[in-house]
Amino acid sequence: MAEDADRKEVAEKRRHRLFKYLRKEVLPTAFCPGCGCGIVLNCYAHAVDELQLDPNDIVAVTGIGCSSWIPSPYFLGDTLHTTHGRPIPFATGVKVMQPDKTVVVIAGDGDLIGIGGNHLIHAARRNIDIKVFLVNNLIYGMTGGQLAPTTPLGISTTTSPHGNVEHPFEIAELVAAAGASYVARWTTYHVFPLMESMQKALTKKGFCFLEIRSQCPISYGRRVGQRTGSEALQEYKESSVRIEDAAEMSPEELEGKIIIGKLIEREKEEFTGNLRKLNVELRTKKTGRSPEEWSLS
Amino acid sequence: MKGNDKIRREYLSRFANRSYFMQGDESVAYGSLYAGCDFFAGYPITPASEVAEVMSAELPRVDGYYIQMEDELASLSAVIGAVWAGAKGMTATSGPGFSLMQENIGYAVMTETPCVIVNVQRSGPSTGQATKPAQGDIMQARWGTHGDHEIIALAPNSVQECFELAIEAFNLSEEYRTPVIILMDGEVGHMREKIIMPPLDKVKIRERKLATGDELLFGGELIPPMAEFGVGRFIHVTGSTHKESGIRDVESQQAHHTLVTRLCKKIADNRDRIIRFEENHLEDADFVVISYGATARPAAGAVLRARGEGKKIGMLRLITIWPFPESKVRELGARVKKIFVPEMNLGQLSREIERFVKCEVIPIPKIGGIAHTIDEIYSALKGEV
Repeated sequence: MAEDADRKEVAEKRRHRLFKYLRKEVLPTAFCPGCGCGIVLNCYAHAVDELQLDPNDIVAVTGIGCSSWIPSPYFLGDTLHTTHGRPIPFATGVKVMQPDKTVVVIAGDGDLIGIGGNHLIHAARRNIDIKVFLVNNLIYGMTGGQLAPTTPLGISTTTSPHGNVEHPFEIAELVAAAGASYVARWTTYHVFPLMESMQKALTKKGFCFLEIRSQCPISYGRRVGQRTGSEALQEYKESSVRIEDAAEMSPEELEGKIIIGKLIEREKEEFTGNLRKLNVELRTKKTGRSPEEWSLS
Repeated sequence: MKGNDKIRREYLSRFANRSYFMQGDESVAYGSLYAGCDFFAGYPITPASEVAEVMSAELPRVDGYYIQMEDELASLSAVIGAVWAGAKGMTATSGPGFSLMQENIGYAVMTETPCVIVNVQRSGPSTGQATKPAQGDIMQARWGTHGDHEIIALAPNSVQECFELAIEAFNLSEEYRTPVIILMDGEVGHMREKIIMPPLDKVKIRERKLATGDELLFGGELIPPMAEFGVGRFIHVTGSTHKESGIRDVESQQAHHTLVTRLCKKIADNRDRIIRFEENHLEDADFVVISYGATARPAAGAVLRARGEGKKIGMLRLITIWPFPESKVRELGARVKKIFVPEMNLGQLSREIERFVKCEVIPIPKIGGIAHTIDEIYSALKGEV
């Protein structure tokens, strides 16, 4: 018995300092070996820790897909695990009612771009203060490797066995054009800039969007010759180009490259702030018909 | 008590004891405000847009929030999110939008999220007769979302009742932690009538039970208490099958059985407390008309005319459509000769009635966007009674 207690104590001491941010009863994670989701979870926990955010003040909203499991159930905080594609509108309701909370959406490309793409651009347009971390693995991983709206041209998947004939989305550019306050793209190789970028997104007011290119060795990597997570990271390292450098390069030179860095950062009126302003204004200013005016008696 | 309660009470007190001439759509919106609704997310659709129009004008005045979303999927999503963040939330739509909401209605059932969905029914399928009324969503309201579940659906037949049932819908949703559907029809939604607004303190509001300690939020009792985000409970809300703690458990047959049977039981076991109907002339009736919503109005006229001719006919008007008042219908079926069911569809509720009675059930269907007239229903009765 004493030995057991000792062993427990040692194990407790060996715990990672960020272990406190995890929901213990659901560990270990269900992520496959080499999956990028663990790296994103690690970066996210680091970002929260660096900012000394109280997990009580974070509401994580997720959809359906492997990357939605990063905060739900693994990150210890209030979590709303929603229907497929809808985390952003669910998060919109949460943020409107609890504007002081940090509302974070972590979900995948199938969820946020595929089935839920419309919500993504509308939330960016409203510039609602939600932080969206899109984990883009170019595939529907959880369902076994079907074609995604991000899958590159020519790639064969379980539903494009003869090669993909569709062009993929350049999603970070789209979200920037739709009106977001902050947009950046990184990969799971670039963990330090990714962490910094997460901190930026978590603290900047407005709709903040990170596209995180991430590997799925099981459902995508093995189809393109990246059988392990480390092979994918090597590829990210070699094919990434800083956005400042990309500006000097021709479209041919940029073929197959991942442009990383900050796409946009701007100041813009935020949606929930505008809603609140309106409510305050209406209490002092008379507009429209009053209840007394249009009654019959 | 909510931070915005004082502002809300002050504003609504200005309506008290006044009468108004308004549409059912407007009335259901004001009833919701009286019930404490402080969040509305919706998408414009005929014949339900007036609900959103009133909410967009009035919610900011009671320090609540109106959002026009990009579609009906987003609308109900935002409502459910807002409810977990402390709101009393609702949305309003019609057939096509109601179809889009079905997945999230199931989510609200599974996560036990109180919310109110107004469906001002219009003529379908598909775009159908977009501006014309129907009662074609009776079965969609019951079974539109996938999987075993119970649902509560209420059908008002007047502008005043739209107001009253909006309050009742919120009360039921909070009491049973479940989505409640107000199954209006375009006729009632767009009809204008006089309505008298009550004083707020005369309206009985039943609030959700909130956890005070570390009670289980998804089990442990028939209707567990709720907790809202931000109170330190680290709530885990999921539409996946979950344990009583809320943590996902999709492998265990037992976990799914326990959860889904409890969700059904909390409605089914409380049928008698939930169900409301109106009985007229049933004491001596050999024949009965069962109707609901706008159709119940010409139906009542036809029954009166037949009684004027000495026919022993009565009427049962359903206010609660789901859960179905099966014991009442069974009791009637055992003592009358025939049951007539006028409705603005091809016989959705009449088939449900057939399940519980041995007597003859005669549907009086009408589709095409025009409500039954008294004459039409009377003629259908005449040869049979």
